[in-house]
Amino acid sequence: MIRPVRALAGRALRNASRRPQFFVPMLVFPSLLLAANTGGFSRTTQLPGFPKVHGFLDYQLAAAITQSLLLGGVSVGIAVALEIESGFFDRLIASPIPRTSIVFGRLAATFCIALLQVAFFLALGLVFGAEVQGGVGGALLVLLVGAIAGTGFGGIGMSLALRARNASLVQGIFPFAFVILFLSSAFFPMDLLQAPADWVAAYNPLSYIAEGLRNPIIAPVDAGAVLDGLVAALGVTAAMTGLSVFFLRGRLREP
Amino acid sequence: MSASIRVLSAFQRRALNEVLRVPGGAIPGVLAPAIFLIGLSGVFGAAGNLRGYEGDFTAYILPFGMLQGATFTGAATGVNLARDIEQGWFDRLLLAPQRRSLLLLGLVSSAALRATLPATFLLLVGLLLGVSWPGIEALVIAYVLIMGFAAVVACYASLVALRFRTQQAAPLMQIGGFIAILFTTAYAPLTLQSTWLADIARLNPVNKILEGVRQGFVPGTVTWGTTWQALVALAAMGLVLGGLAVRSMRRTGR
Repeated sequence: MIRPVRALAGRALRNASRRPQFFVPMLVFPSLLLAANTGGFSRTTQLPGFPKVHGFLDYQLAAAITQSLLLGGVSVGIAVALEIESGFFDRLIASPIPRTSIVFGRLAATFCIALLQVAFFLALGLVFGAEVQGGVGGALLVLLVGAIAGTGFGGIGMSLALRARNASLVQGIFPFAFVILFLSSAFFPMDLLQAPADWVAAYNPLSYIAEGLRNPIIAPVDAGAVLDGLVAALGVTAAMTGLSVFFLRGRLREP
Repeated sequence: MSASIRVLSAFQRRALNEVLRVPGGAIPGVLAPAIFLIGLSGVFGAAGNLRGYEGDFTAYILPFGMLQGATFTGAATGVNLARDIEQGWFDRLLLAPQRRSLLLLGLVSSAALRATLPATFLLLVGLLLGVSWPGIEALVIAYVLIMGFAAVVACYASLVALRFRTQQAAPLMQIGGFIAILFTTAYAPLTLQSTWLADIARLNPVNKILEGVRQGFVPGTVTWGTTWQALVALAAMGLVLGGLAVRSMRRTGR
């Protein structure tokens, strides 16, 4: 099981590294929104109810990371759908490897890419004056929560691809990634959200993931917030990995 | 002259057919700005309590959403052109006994027409969210600017499509317009922005276009001063990007 997972993860990582345009939506779009949000909404830290932060950039870093990871999930879905469309997926299924390694291999690569995404945004934040209040340990926690969450979002993309089998359809979920993100406390404090966004955000796992990513950046590490984020990320990953395996088996049963 | 009009109207019909026959292709361009509008007003609505916004936050960002829709439409024109190049249809188009500048005009004018779709949808969503009716005069100016901006973005996207000749360049087509509208007073007035963003916004000609679209919504009064600045900015961008696109079109295949 481990060898095929490693081989498939290596293949996915090589494919990604050979197509720099693969990283454009994941890194450039969230960076641009981060810049625009930080420049446009910097004064909102003066609003009553906004937590004390070093700067609005520090607060927005978690939003940019979450957004980038969600877009990474869409990219995973498109990559898998393209493999299905091109027939490569059928050859993988015919090869003498455990079939679940197809799912785990892709998700292992997603974990590695998610680590790079989180590291990129932390570095970007530090270059432009943000501070990680939780120190090195806090930064490592951000990497951990982010990588697990990114794997979970990759699982969402993968299960959609296995179900839809069409890259255009998977690409069509791009706007919905933003819907889920906007209906969370990723961008703004929960107490300052307008109805009904505040109500939905309270139940949205993305809020907990974003808060888990944000806490070590804007304040000394609070075990509760980070643990909530970690549990939400693990929950999404477990659920979506299970769903991907379920859809894969469903696909194999079809004539 | 009548032949030129027939060519232009053929492009318009093709663009309209695409919307009617492949509605799935147009949905993201309409839906994405609407999601941004609803999402931003729900998330950052409290920012409207800051002194500096001359009205409701949703009304403030609605014109940004309308221009965002125009950006998506313009970029989609470039993606469609790249698809036509990949599939060989564009080569056959080049053999047509027509001026190449007319072919480009057909493409960008179809983008201008299609931009009215997301703009109208956004306007309806905005009105449902409580934005005040801006008045016919303000809407006419807003639609002229939105259609013109979609044509400008389509010129840029066509330039990219003619250079790279592949749909894989789509992110590059989208990102140009996205940057142009984002680094303006999209989210906040100059007085509330960080200094660096305010400096960029002052230099960015798209900011003048955005202010021109916005004037009927916030502050709610249409002035000639704001309007002519927006029209001049639009014309200047159209001349530069349109000129470059025509040059690229003429060089294609030679």
